[in-house]
Amino acid sequence: MTAITAADAPARTPRQSRRARELSGQVGWTVLGWVVGIAFFIPVLWMVITAFKPESAAETWPPQFTFSPTLSEFRLVWGGMGPFIEHSAIATAGSTVLVLVLALPAAYALSIRPVGKWRDSLFFFISTKMLPVVAAIGPLYVIALKSHLLDSIWLLIILYAAMNLPLAIWMIRSFMLEVPGEMLEAARLDGAGRIREIVEVIMPVVTPGLVSTALICVIFAWNELFLALNLTVTNAATMPMFLISSVPQEGLYIAHLSAAATVASVPVIIVGWIAQRSLVRGLSMGAIK
Amino acid sequence: MAAVEYQQASRVYAKGAQPAVDALDLTINDGEFVVLVGPSGSGKTTALRMLAGLEPLDGGQIVLAGRDISDVQPKDRDIAMVFQNYALYPNKTVAENMGFALKMQHVAKPERDRRVREAARILDLDERLLGRKPKQLSGGQRQRVAMGRAIVREPKVFLMDEPLSNLDAKLRVQTRTQIAELQRRLGVTTVYVTHDQVEAMTMGHRVAVLSGGKLQQFASPRELYDNPVNQFVAGFIGSPAMNLQTASLTDGGARLAGTVVPLKPEVRTAVARDKLTELVLGIRPEHLHLTDADPAGRQQPGTAATAVLAGEVLLVEELGADALLHVRLADEGGTVVARAEGRRSPAPGTRVSFRVQPADVFAFHPASGARLAG
Repeated sequence: MTAITAADAPARTPRQSRRARELSGQVGWTVLGWVVGIAFFIPVLWMVITAFKPESAAETWPPQFTFSPTLSEFRLVWGGMGPFIEHSAIATAGSTVLVLVLALPAAYALSIRPVGKWRDSLFFFISTKMLPVVAAIGPLYVIALKSHLLDSIWLLIILYAAMNLPLAIWMIRSFMLEVPGEMLEAARLDGAGRIREIVEVIMPVVTPGLVSTALICVIFAWNELFLALNLTVTNAATMPMFLISSVPQEGLYIAHLSAAATVASVPVIIVGWIAQRSLVRGLSMGAIK
Repeated sequence: MAAVEYQQASRVYAKGAQPAVDALDLTINDGEFVVLVGPSGSGKTTALRMLAGLEPLDGGQIVLAGRDISDVQPKDRDIAMVFQNYALYPNKTVAENMGFALKMQHVAKPERDRRVREAARILDLDERLLGRKPKQLSGGQRQRVAMGRAIVREPKVFLMDEPLSNLDAKLRVQTRTQIAELQRRLGVTTVYVTHDQVEAMTMGHRVAVLSGGKLQQFASPRELYDNPVNQFVAGFIGSPAMNLQTASLTDGGARLAGTVVPLKPEVRTAVARDKLTELVLGIRPEHLHLTDADPAGRQQPGTAATAVLAGEVLLVEELGADALLHVRLADEGGTVVARAEGRRSPAPGTRVSFRVQPADVFAFHPASGARLAG
């Protein structure tokens, strides 16, 4: 009898158990995905909720979930935020445009028609990111001082561009490597010169990549604090500096800070949402055929 | 339209490596359809890309319409190319794809549209497709757009790099004749690269067979088939391939399958001159005629000039009208393929014999592969 069951059992179970394993594996990944997603989202959600609380209800223990939402903190934030948001917008947009204008030809020269020693150049670009900004702040301050750019929006545009350029070059280069070589050869035979080749043939294909690169530059520039804090005072002070300044010396400030932080993150979310479609395509560029 | 001349054109990819194209000499007449054929690594695509200007020359020169173009940029050569995977611009519509070269030449938009529509008409490309993106087209339609992109330019030379290899078998045969017909109609000098010898034979006015970067033979398809200059061409051209068997020499002929295959007098002279002890015999499958003759190898009186090869059928491939017999020759003569009438082919396992006319037997040098007394 035992012999029979032993022979029967494996004949039936492998298929079933494989299905069960596959199913439980799927469920496992789904649960893990949700847990990680929620873990990342909850602090953000908490920030937004707190922003709608009155200051008195913001910092209680245990945390209050029932409260009458108010826009009073937003009103306060809105009042003082104007110039900061303007400086941030100019510095972010200006530096991002500058980065794209410079990175596009640079990436081209490092991928499609590689210059001599392109490997070294590529490494040099990324090596500039290896130095902590703190180490460079002294010289940067002196340079800014001597060139009369301290507390100037131009200084931030230049510095943010310099900060994002290496990453942008690397990213755009990787997108350009995906451009099929035969298509470029076809363009060359069709009579396209170098400029036409870039503008008419390469650019349309790598646009999703350019959008995702731009988005990352926008995020980094928008959230940059260290340089702004050290090199600007009022004429070019940016949103992150506003966040710091909205922390008062005394009294309750959590709701106020949450409201300011929520407002500060809105532009990035909007840009990200607009770029979403291109972003996904940008990350799956290999699908071009 | 123009003639093309490769003069000792060479391309070496890496120092010290075997040249990809080795001192190629090829003269292509104005309006001619020439096919470059060879196995992969034979240098056929490299040769084509050298003409396009996509590969630099490491020696020799290429002359187009009487002008040395070796150092001319691709865009200034007035050459159009159809790529293997079509290389269409994915973000441009079909019409924009086809008109791109004209746009680069600053041709006015109305004229561009007219020529694009004209090309679409020539290619039987539905006008409604002109507004679509390549992604929305089928493989066959994409292929035609790629052709159209070449046609609208009215270039001096068309280059085609295996343009049919991404199509399914039926469409390939159909498109093959369309391209050949189109070329005849337009009369533009065309250089076509393929690894498929059937394509080469059916499409080209002349076919250049390449192997290892070297030109083996450049002749009409008929000439290549009937008079291959060496063992490589003989084995490469023709489907199924020519049967090539090494045979030792005896008095009066070459010993194969236990019998003596008589050799032509010119071959005997060449054998004597080179003091050979063996050679390679080449027999086309259709030249092995099934016969009822005594398979023992004894030659009947009056048929002294005919050899009879005996063997056993291993496998029969039915093709419809024909059948291909894979036959193991007697006396360890190796396996050969014979073409037989489809409805009367012997079953596997049957012992058969073939009659071979000495005039149908090719002989090649065992070491160099050169045709003996060709």
